Amino acid sequence: MKTLLKTLMMVAALAGAATGLAIGPASALVEIDVNKGTIEPLPIAITDFAGGELGAEISSIVQADLKRSGLFAPIDKAAFIEKIANPDQAPRFDDWKVINAQALVTGRVSKEGDGRVRAEYRLWDTFAGQQLSGEQFFANGANTRRVAHIIADAIYERLTGEKGYFDTRIVFIDESGAKNARKKRLAIMDQDGANARFLSDGRSIVMTPRFSPNRQEITYMSYESGQPRVYLLQLETGQRELVGNFPGMTFAPRFSPDGQRVIMSLMREDGNSNIYSMDLRSRNTTRLTNSNAIDTSPSYSPDGSKIVFTSDRGGRPHIYVMGADGSGQTRISFGEGSYSTPVWSPRGDLIAFTKQSGGQFQIGVMRTDGSGERILTSGFMQEGPTWAPNGRVIMYLKQAAGSGGPKLYSVDLTGRNEQQIPSPNFASDPAWSPLLD
Amino acid sequence: MRRIAKLAANPVMVALVASLALAGCASKKTPNSAADLGLGGGAATPGSAQDFTVNVGDRIFFDLDSSSIRADAQQTLARQAQWLNRYRQYSIVVEGHADERGTREYNLALGARRAAATRDYLASQGVAASRIKTISYGKERPVAVCDDISCWSQNRRAVTTLGGAGS
Repeated sequence: MKTLLKTLMMVAALAGAATGLAIGPASALVEIDVNKGTIEPLPIAITDFAGGELGAEISSIVQADLKRSGLFAPIDKAAFIEKIANPDQAPRFDDWKVINAQALVTGRVSKEGDGRVRAEYRLWDTFAGQQLSGEQFFANGANTRRVAHIIADAIYERLTGEKGYFDTRIVFIDESGAKNARKKRLAIMDQDGANARFLSDGRSIVMTPRFSPNRQEITYMSYESGQPRVYLLQLETGQRELVGNFPGMTFAPRFSPDGQRVIMSLMREDGNSNIYSMDLRSRNTTRLTNSNAIDTSPSYSPDGSKIVFTSDRGGRPHIYVMGADGSGQTRISFGEGSYSTPVWSPRGDLIAFTKQSGGQFQIGVMRTDGSGERILTSGFMQEGPTWAPNGRVIMYLKQAAGSGGPKLYSVDLTGRNEQQIPSPNFASDPAWSPLLD
Repeated sequence: MRRIAKLAANPVMVALVASLALAGCASKKTPNSAADLGLGGGAATPGSAQDFTVNVGDRIFFDLDSSSIRADAQQTLARQAQWLNRYRQYSIVVEGHADERGTREYNLALGARRAAATRDYLASQGVAASRIKTISYGKERPVAVCDDISCWSQNRRAVTTLGGAGS
């Protein structure tokens, strides 16, 4: 990861193109208001980047990212009038206005003498006749997809005012084989399903992987020692270690927002489970709940001051919030059915959850005091929401009756734009990586 | 029609129909009864693991979202305890399982609670607690794989497994 980051430096913002067009104020220009109730996807023309096959490949990845977000409607290339010969020159804006392209993306990709790939793009507002942004990036040859995602993030951010989420990865559980002898492997892939690779061999059941804030580590649960236990895995080195040395099962791990702690459930001798946090440096553990019930699935608020979790202390599983020290444990879900797997939004304003009612599973969100519950998607089986780092999209596993296994899906916070994420086999327990600054 | 209604109103008949349905479903999956194994009850050597599975019954079932030991399960566990107290060379692992109609982490905890409840019941019947370990598989290891209640009710279970003698 580190070497990748070093080679993926942004070198410079490209100034206005050769015609001397200034980069104008954003207010009068094309933009998408993501807070509106109904979003009309923005018509955008994404031209093949100059630079042969590699240029076309990169621009097609940019286009796929923007299209899947549901906020953009890329225009069919067959409708294009102007053929962009020199991406450094301003386009003929009239040719793009006439096909209703409100935004236009041009670019160029080339190989440097040292083997690195240089990729640059320009984003144009066709109706204002202005360049909105332009940047260039260098990457080593193996990371061309990543450059494309970074360009897509830049375009998304410029046009929506929100951070993008395309240069991110998903850790998940790859599932293969018969349902009563399912082989489960830890796996990682890009957010669009590309570059999937396995991180465990499938000999032991593994589940619930989650990223550290710096994306360098994941914490997950494995049966490799016989008893289910929480582990840490360094992604770069492949080094694994047990988290703590507890007599019973440990499960449901998650990092604190500063990456210094892992919070998890520990099974008690009586079969119930309580929530503990462990400082990864000192290895000191702190018990945060002490109920004669199942307390599990803890998730920190992004400022680290609170924890949301599942408990069945009131009978059925419901969602509770407490201070990071265990103080003030308060139930916040009161609807029909049961609620579990709460996850605090990276923006801090919402909690995503799994709800079971009426024989169905739902993925929903509520405010942190439990008000304003909204169900985003409902079906035979779906669970385990995870947030895109910009807090706009939620990913989860979903399984139709009779389908034999789960796949990963994403949906906008609005409940629209549900999309299946490609994966090598059946897939479950997705966790979205943070976005690196 | 009237005859069917009358049959359905008879609890004994309802139970019989239900158990036939379960056996039919189970026969396609993991064998867990003498009939499934193709054995007459007397075929297993007394004191063998097969004897325990076939003649005593190695598993009990739970109601939805519950870890209470049901009346039928109490009978099974009483038989298990009697057998385990007679054949003391075995160590015991109680596996707790949940059906797939719950979320993964909660079901892992629920399986643990079912295994602990089963262990405690066996201990109450005189089986030394020191012989019994528990493990939860949550919803990770269903024995019945269909997508309806006939399978889910079989998957909500605790299975008493026998370890090597003296281990």
